[in-house]
Amino acid sequence: MTHLDTRIVATRGTFTVDIAFTAEAGEVVALLGPNGAGKTTALRALAGLLPLGEGRISIAGTTVDEPSTRTWTPPERRRVGVVFQDYLLFPHLSARENVAFGPRSRGASRSAAREQADRWLDRVGLASYSQHRPRQLSGGQAQRVALARALATEPDLLLLDEPLAALDARTRLETRSRLHKDLVGYAGTTLLVTHDPIDALVLADRLIVIEEGRIVQSGDAEAITARPRTDYVARLVGLNLYRGMSSGLSVAVDGFEFAVAEPVSGEAFVAFPPSAVAIFVTRPDGSPRNTWPATVSGIQRHGDNLRVQLDGPVKAAADITPAAAAALRLEAGQAVWAAVKATETRTYPT
Amino acid sequence: MRTQRRGTGSRAPLVLVLPAALGLLFLVLPLAGLLLRVPWTDLPSRLTEPSVLAALRLSLLTATAATAVCAALGVPLAWLLARVEFRGRKLVRALVTVPLVLPPVVGGVALLLVFGRRGLIGEWLDRAFGITLPFTTAGVIVAEAFVAMPFLVIAVEGALRGADTRYEEAAATLGASRWTTFRRVTLPLVAPGVAAGAVLCWARALGEFGATITFAGNFPGRTQTMPLAVYLALENDLDAALVLSLILLVVSVVILTSLRDRWIATP
Repeated sequence: MTHLDTRIVATRGTFTVDIAFTAEAGEVVALLGPNGAGKTTALRALAGLLPLGEGRISIAGTTVDEPSTRTWTPPERRRVGVVFQDYLLFPHLSARENVAFGPRSRGASRSAAREQADRWLDRVGLASYSQHRPRQLSGGQAQRVALARALATEPDLLLLDEPLAALDARTRLETRSRLHKDLVGYAGTTLLVTHDPIDALVLADRLIVIEEGRIVQSGDAEAITARPRTDYVARLVGLNLYRGMSSGLSVAVDGFEFAVAEPVSGEAFVAFPPSAVAIFVTRPDGSPRNTWPATVSGIQRHGDNLRVQLDGPVKAAADITPAAAAALRLEAGQAVWAAVKATETRTYPT
Repeated sequence: MRTQRRGTGSRAPLVLVLPAALGLLFLVLPLAGLLLRVPWTDLPSRLTEPSVLAALRLSLLTATAATAVCAALGVPLAWLLARVEFRGRKLVRALVTVPLVLPPVVGGVALLLVFGRRGLIGEWLDRAFGITLPFTTAGVIVAEAFVAMPFLVIAVEGALRGADTRYEEAAATLGASRWTTFRRVTLPLVAPGVAAGAVLCWARALGEFGATITFAGNFPGRTQTMPLAVYLALENDLDAALVLSLILLVVSVVILTSLRDRWIATP
């Protein structure tokens, strides 16, 4: 049975969100879109913090909001957990009391709620921080406490609002893969709201891209990256992204070894923007670059630049200026050398 | 090129400085006069006089009880004004502040009309429960609470409006009812505001005179609080009046200093 079935129509000022989608239990769905696209409005409607203008929200077979039949379940009686963007951990309560808050509010005894809190803190690897106040936690730790707090209520639907946006780049990396592991064990539906394509690609099974309150594209990462249908999606996935096996500072992708700057181990992603790819007529030498022979398979306008599609051991897109293209006399079918500096690559575990 | 900064480059004009100095003098001089005339040498013995102690004890008791009443009723009222949209909210807020501008004597008269033995509620209270408020210690508490409650309500409402309501939303998503949310999230978050409001409320109750003397009378040990004792002592024992005044002055200054950062700090 479909776990989450919803059509959200909500108006904020002159702006209307109108999106419909379904999701299964155990599925992680990313709601991806630029700022102001209506992601947060949708999340608030699902959580019950904003009543629908029209439409219907059904979670685990129960309709919680349907204006046409005057059905309305307030947030405290929905089985929905939320991890807010800046976590909103109660500053006056310890980590343990924060996590115990949900079970306690839902009727558990004080000792049972504490026990549950300890179990959840242990599960997110923060058992030793149970007495810490939120301000004594690092960003990544606070995020995990917020996740434990949301999951401790055993929700049918878990909403994550930009769960990694408040973290610095380094913590983000760790927290992202940690979050990925935690979500695998969660039985309900997860809806991840984010404007970061990396978060969406790594964490979600399926992506729903929204712009100006409407769904513009949905599908799994592969489907979306292969055929962007709007400028936004194109820019969003405007990355050369590869998945391979890594060992230290190199990642093997389809027989090609990428030299990278950030060490990882095991299965990993390598990503770099098309602007990081340089094109040469002859093989460049004496520089710490990834170089490979490639064939120009297509050239398109891309903003003020040209986007060159390259075939070869690895497919890649390269952005170069029209002047550079003219100097290289690029044309389809031409054999060239592609190069990417190791420092321009990004790597992260799957 | 140099630019002259306002306020540092040129001297403040005399036509402003002179009245400013006079104004300050006007505010400080009476207090200085009071301090000069206090009978410092026999202060300890004066302070322990039974009549002074009785007035002091009664004042502390009634002001504290009035603050408790104000907190019990005023915090929910402030929450209602800050968190619930309802018709006539502006009117309610205006009504709450009426005792701030109402002459306390008028407040006392109004209380007599309602809670007096022949009053709207007083007559029923008397008949049904045998409770009479006027001219009793309970009456003092009622008079003080009436006058002091706006201070608490305004302070707490301000704190509630300044608090991040998203914590309350987070509590709701965790399954907390509005009451649980209020008790476990909202109240702890605005606790400093409630404390500040309670202190202001207590100070106002401690200094209350007009409504008290009108509604509760001036009976030593029962309704004669410190301000009333000061007024009475002025007639026959100036030194006693000065001692009592000194106590009230010290309390005011202590409260002012403790709340300085919250209330009179300039941005």
